[in-house]
Amino acid sequence: MNIVVCIKQVPDTTDVKIDRNTNTLIRSGVKSIINPYDTHAIELGLQIREKLGGKVVVISMGPPQVIDSLKEAVSMGVDDVILLSDRAFAGADTLATSYTLAEAIKSIGNVDLVICGKQAIDGDTAQVGPGIAEHLNTPHTTYVNELCNINSANITVKRMIEGGYEKVEMDLPALITVVKEVNEVRFPSIRGILRSREIDVPIWTSKDLNIDFTKIGLDGSPTQVVSVSTPQINTQTEIFTGNAKEQVHKLLEALNEQKIF
Amino acid sequence: MDYFLTEKQQIIRDLCHRISQEKIKPVVQEYDESGEFPWEIMDILAKSDIFRVFIPEKYDGLGGGIFEMSLATEELSRVCSGIALGFAATGLGSMPILLFGNESQKQKYMTKVADGTIAAFALTEAEAGSDASNMKTTAEKDGDYYVLNGVKQWITNGGVADIYTVIAMTDKNKGSRGATAFIVEKGTPGFSFGVKENKMGIRASTTMELIFENCRIHKDQVLARPGMGYIVALKTLDRTRPGVGAQAVGIAQGAIDVCLKYSREREQFGQPISNFQAIRHMLADMSMQTEAARALVYAAARMIDSGAKDISKESAMCKCFAGDVAMKVTTDAVQIFGGYGYMKDYPVEKMMRDAKITQIYEGTNQIQRDVIASNLWKK
Repeated sequence: MNIVVCIKQVPDTTDVKIDRNTNTLIRSGVKSIINPYDTHAIELGLQIREKLGGKVVVISMGPPQVIDSLKEAVSMGVDDVILLSDRAFAGADTLATSYTLAEAIKSIGNVDLVICGKQAIDGDTAQVGPGIAEHLNTPHTTYVNELCNINSANITVKRMIEGGYEKVEMDLPALITVVKEVNEVRFPSIRGILRSREIDVPIWTSKDLNIDFTKIGLDGSPTQVVSVSTPQINTQTEIFTGNAKEQVHKLLEALNEQKIF
Repeated sequence: MDYFLTEKQQIIRDLCHRISQEKIKPVVQEYDESGEFPWEIMDILAKSDIFRVFIPEKYDGLGGGIFEMSLATEELSRVCSGIALGFAATGLGSMPILLFGNESQKQKYMTKVADGTIAAFALTEAEAGSDASNMKTTAEKDGDYYVLNGVKQWITNGGVADIYTVIAMTDKNKGSRGATAFIVEKGTPGFSFGVKENKMGIRASTTMELIFENCRIHKDQVLARPGMGYIVALKTLDRTRPGVGAQAVGIAQGAIDVCLKYSREREQFGQPISNFQAIRHMLADMSMQTEAARALVYAAARMIDSGAKDISKESAMCKCFAGDVAMKVTTDAVQIFGGYGYMKDYPVEKMMRDAKITQIYEGTNQIQRDVIASNLWKK
């Protein structure tokens, strides 16, 4: 079973703040992590390999700093990692990104299963996974929360839907995107960490892929982010003083004034 | 204090720290109360290669020694010394095989331990504690087999381990030269388990009786040679005592960790109690004593790993000192927490209960002092 897992390096959004003047993310000093859903995709890939044998290859598109995230994947026990990094890839929307990743998967060759996280916590589009499947012309299932069965010919999964789940069977090759409930992510192993420190992460550029240059990067992206803004928060705070009785009285007065009751 | 750890040693420490914080911390109280064996944590430790740290690469290990075993034990004990003991006592249980096993025994058993198979060491009996020479368990030769009869008491990892090293008398007339060490696998006919002990501390660690009733062990399972049982036991304990020392250092450090946090949050007389000299001096003493214990444990462990032969004194010193420090530091930690410290909702009373065993097992601290003293006039 040859498995490719696609990951994205994202800012740890628990730390992220927005610059109100420029409406952009303040990236400096913010830790980069593997998109949390993608760590579950890696875990599922490893579990399938443990059962059926084969290989797990993790790929990611992004700037050279993504090497750190790919090394983290190595520390968890994946066989190979590849970084897709080129100025020509920059500015890609979900269509161009999924095209580029799909071309890389074609170049890897003989891939039976592609696993992605359900979405990235920075963009929240959930489009790249299905996009890759469309470019590869393979079936796909999103929001997978359980792997029911997999063999060399097909895969059966449960996908979450509102109020329940669907059980879906697909022929391989196929693509799935997973939610956090699908598994618990393992810790790295010491041998994995040692290997991750030694490994030279291969970098593929646009020249290494058999691609149509009009379909990648900013030029290949029909959608472009025009602006990012944060909602204005209009809250006025008044702190009442006095003893409990007085405070309750003032609170009731204020609520009456606002005609809340 | 910087102990100049190698890259690999730092990885071991950091990974154990992460596992402790993320996986052990949330379940500490649960296991302390239930006394169940923490299989889920052992599984994580195994998959993360923690069991490999003290095993040579030849047997699927990472090529470390007592120092690496101590580092892992310390870091895990900082959060739960009971759970850490599932790992540390596997080190003790498999050390006789590592030290005295022949090539095929090592190949067969150490590779399993590297993968996370639990091991146990069985020396103590009801009437043979500090006086191990008074053991009653016998192993009578019968052709290619030895027939074991007797009861081993208070065996850490008893019942949960798959591999046991058992010391039994093969020739009572020869006294301490009549003991032999055997590797016994769980499931061997005639080998069963007695009561599971209900302990004061390290409750996440399983302690059980091992019962041998005409248990037939093939002579290939003998470690070293017949009659070398005591040497096997003593040399093993000389090497594993820093592990108990490391456990004690971990308990003490864990107590300091929670005290530093609590003393900043707890306010009395309108200010955090960390402002009071009484508390500050206690914490300064606790930190000093713990660092001194750590330095002694690391120095002894490194000395053992260097291949030094005369290690009994240093090994006894680090275990004894660290155990006494852990008891004192955790007692002070309960004092700093005051009334809250006495309550089970707060972590320090458990640490105090856990610390006590480090003054008792693998040789009481009184026996350690005997060992130290008897070495003082040598040479």
